[in-house]
Amino acid sequence: MPIAPTVLFSALADPTRRAIFERLARDGAQTVRVLTGHAGVSQPAVSKHLAVLKLAGLVRDRRDGRQTHYSAQPQGLAPLLDWISLYGAFWRDRFDRLETLLNRMDQ
Amino acid sequence: MTELAARTHSIVVERVMPHSPDKIWRALTQSALIEAWLMKNDFQPVVGHTFNFRASPIHGWNGVTDSEVLEIIPHRRLTYSWNASGDQAPDGLKTIVTWTLTPCENGTRVRMEQSGFRPQDETGYRGMGGGWPRILARLEEVSSKS
Repeated sequence: MPIAPTVLFSALADPTRRAIFERLARDGAQTVRVLTGHAGVSQPAVSKHLAVLKLAGLVRDRRDGRQTHYSAQPQGLAPLLDWISLYGAFWRDRFDRLETLLNRMDQ
Repeated sequence: MTELAARTHSIVVERVMPHSPDKIWRALTQSALIEAWLMKNDFQPVVGHTFNFRASPIHGWNGVTDSEVLEIIPHRRLTYSWNASGDQAPDGLKTIVTWTLTPCENGTRVRMEQSGFRPQDETGYRGMGGGWPRILARLEEVSSKS
């Protein structure tokens, strides 16, 4: 079932949660213990954040004995990274550059 | 409206710029000036002229856009196609970019419409490796306002 953009929005709107997601996306699979060392919040809080990210389809967990390894699912972002946001951001950036150029040009 | 048109979408960006239509027209139609704000290109202001926009290749995209000049009304309107190139041409983007310049009190209203996005283009997820942190930063702004 596709995840509604609003679920993704709220999952990523929290800076701590987003930092956890970005760390997983950058550094690969990690345990709650390792993530807690970086997150600046308690281990139960990290677990709660991971549960929200998992519900949003942004994180996957894998049991390995007594350890659970969490990994990012960047493809879970796809509903947000549609062409509207891609091209909308692209053209707004180019409008800024066009204005910069016009300010430098002679009449 | 045809069924095809009903199922496509457009992006519109519009801004009033404190410059004359003539000057903006030059920035939109002179190849060297276009490169300064948009991309490398071999544009010529001639209807029917086919050309490319070239960006650096990134994962999943060769960086090339195939275009053709479709309409020129000097200082008023410029239209070109904006299509995927090479291997990606058959299934990739097939869109039309229309620039409209309208003189107004504070200068010129510049309107860009890119039309013809189809639902299947939505999965165009390419090249976002370095781009998504910025989008995430924007999401925070958006959601804190809502």
